[in-house]
Amino acid sequence: MQNRIANPVRPAFDKTERADDVIVNIGPSHPATHGTIQIIAALDGERVKRVDVHCGYLHRGFEKECESHTWANLIPYVDRLNYCSALINNFAYCEAVETLMGIEITPRCRYLRTLLSEYSRVADHLTCVAAALMELGAMTAFLYLVMIRDYIYEHLADLTGARVTYSYGRIGGLAHDLPEGWLKRLDEILGQYEVFVARIHGLVDRNRIFIDRMRDVGVISTADALDFGFTGPILRSTGVPRDLRRDTPYLAYAELDFDVPVGIKGDNYDRYYVRMREMDESVHMIRQLMDMLPEGPINVDDRRCTLPDKQLVYSEIESLINHFKLIMDGPQVPAGEVYRAHESANGELGFYIVSTGEGTPYKVHARAPSFVHMGGVHLMLEGYQLADMVPTFGSVNMIGGECDR
Amino acid sequence: MAAVLDLLQQRLTGHVREASLVHGTLALIVAPGELLVVVQRLKTEFQFDIFLDVTAVDWLGQEPRFEVVYHFYSTRHFVRVRLKTRVAEADPTLDSLVSLYGSARYMERECHDMYGIVFRDNPDLRPILLYEGFVGHPLRKDYPKEQEQPLVPYRND
Repeated sequence: MQNRIANPVRPAFDKTERADDVIVNIGPSHPATHGTIQIIAALDGERVKRVDVHCGYLHRGFEKECESHTWANLIPYVDRLNYCSALINNFAYCEAVETLMGIEITPRCRYLRTLLSEYSRVADHLTCVAAALMELGAMTAFLYLVMIRDYIYEHLADLTGARVTYSYGRIGGLAHDLPEGWLKRLDEILGQYEVFVARIHGLVDRNRIFIDRMRDVGVISTADALDFGFTGPILRSTGVPRDLRRDTPYLAYAELDFDVPVGIKGDNYDRYYVRMREMDESVHMIRQLMDMLPEGPINVDDRRCTLPDKQLVYSEIESLINHFKLIMDGPQVPAGEVYRAHESANGELGFYIVSTGEGTPYKVHARAPSFVHMGGVHLMLEGYQLADMVPTFGSVNMIGGECDR
Repeated sequence: MAAVLDLLQQRLTGHVREASLVHGTLALIVAPGELLVVVQRLKTEFQFDIFLDVTAVDWLGQEPRFEVVYHFYSTRHFVRVRLKTRVAEADPTLDSLVSLYGSARYMERECHDMYGIVFRDNPDLRPILLYEGFVGHPLRKDYPKEQEQPLVPYRND
C-alpha cells in the first residue's frame, strides 16, 4: 500500500581519500556495540580515519506520545529513557512538574529521592563498567559486578515491584514508603559491594592487558568536551570537577559530604576510574542519608496531585471525586515553562516542559546526555584502531533509550 | 545569579527584547536576526561554555508559529540561560550555532527532524532520529500521531 524507501541511511561519505582505504559498516545490531547504533567508518588498514554515527534506531516518539497523556501518566515513559537508572529520570521529571505546580516535597521524600538516585547511580555505573570489562574479555570482573547489580535490582524490586523500570516517583512524592527491613538489607548490599569492588580493582587496575587497551585510547580534551556539550563522568574524566550535585545542589545534596572525582587526561582508563570512584562516593552518600532519613509523610498534603486516602475514597464524596478527577484528568499544572536538570549517571539529564494550564503537557523535551555525547563521540574514535572502538564505546555508556527517545 | 542577570540585561539591552528569571533560569527573548550576536556574546563575555540543548515549541495558530528554545550553561557561574526566538512557518530559518559550539551539529539536526526548522550554515541536516524518506515533521502539532510512513523494505538478497 505504501511507497518504499531504497535506503533509510545516507552516509556522510561514500568515497575514501585513498584507493586502498575501506569503508565498513558497524551495527546497528552488533555484539560489540552495546546499544542499537550504527557506525560507518573509513579505515586505513586497522586505523579509523573517519566515522559517521547514526542513531535513531530506538526512536519511539517519546516526546510526541507525551503530548497526549496526563502529567502523571508520563512517569512510566520517562523510566524508559535511561533504563539503567530509571529512578533518576523519574525524580528529575517529577521535580520539573512540581516546580511548575509550586510544590515543595516533604523532607522524608527529599532524602529518599536522594538516596535512591545515588543507589541508581551505583547500579548504572556497575552496568557500564561490567559491560565494558566483559567486552575486553574480563568475564570474572563482569560476573562480580553484575552479581552486585542484581542484588540491587532485587532489592529495588522489593521496594518498587519491578527490577528495571520502577515507575516509583510520583508528582509530589513517591509511590509508597520503604518496606520493613529495607534499610538493613541496603546496608548488607553496600558491604558486599565494597568486597567485590575491591576485587575488581585488584583484577584490572594494574592489569597489563587492561591498561594497554584503555590508557591513551579514546582521549578527549576538556576544551573539546565542553564544545561538544559533554557532561557527567566523561567531562570529569578530562580533569574538570563539574558536577551538578555540587555546583547547583538539588534534592538533599547540599547537606552531604562527598568528593567529585576527576581524571587526568580523558581517556578510557580515566573514564573507568572516575566511574569506580563515583560509585564509592555514592555509597558514602547513601550511608550518610541512611542516618539522616527523617520520619514523616512521603507525599505532600496537596489535593492537586496526591491521591486521597483509600478509606476516604470509599466513604466520602469529596475524596471520591478527588480520586476520580486525579485519575481521569490528571494533575492540573499551571501554565508556564521550566527546565530542570539532574546529574544522571551519564551527565546532565534535563527536562524542558511547557504547560498551557491543562492536564496534558503542551511539550515535554528530554535533554538526554547520551544523545549529546553521540554528537561528539567521533572525536574519541577517529585516529585509533578499529578494535579500540569497543572499549571506547563501552566507556561512553550510550543508552539507546534516552539517546533516541 | 541575580548579579549575572543584571549584568546581562545591562550589556545586552540593545539585543534582547525581554529578560526575566523563570524558575531559576534566565530567560531571554531575542529577534531571530540577533540570535548569533547574542549567543556569541554569551559565550565570550559571560562564559556560557556549554550549549545544552535546542528544541522548539509549536504554537499552532499563532504567528510566528515556532518558538525555538536554546539552553546554555556556564561552568564558571553555574547559571543556565534560556534563549527564545520565534520563526514563521513560511520561512522557519535561523542561523546555525555550529561556528560557536560543536554540539550544535547534532542537536540542530534533531530540531530540524522534529519541527522542520532550517539552520542556515549547518552543513549536515540529514535525518538523525528519523530516516531518509520520512515525510513531515512529527513534533509539529498538525502531524497526527497515527500518521503512517513509507516502509523500509526487507533485504532479500
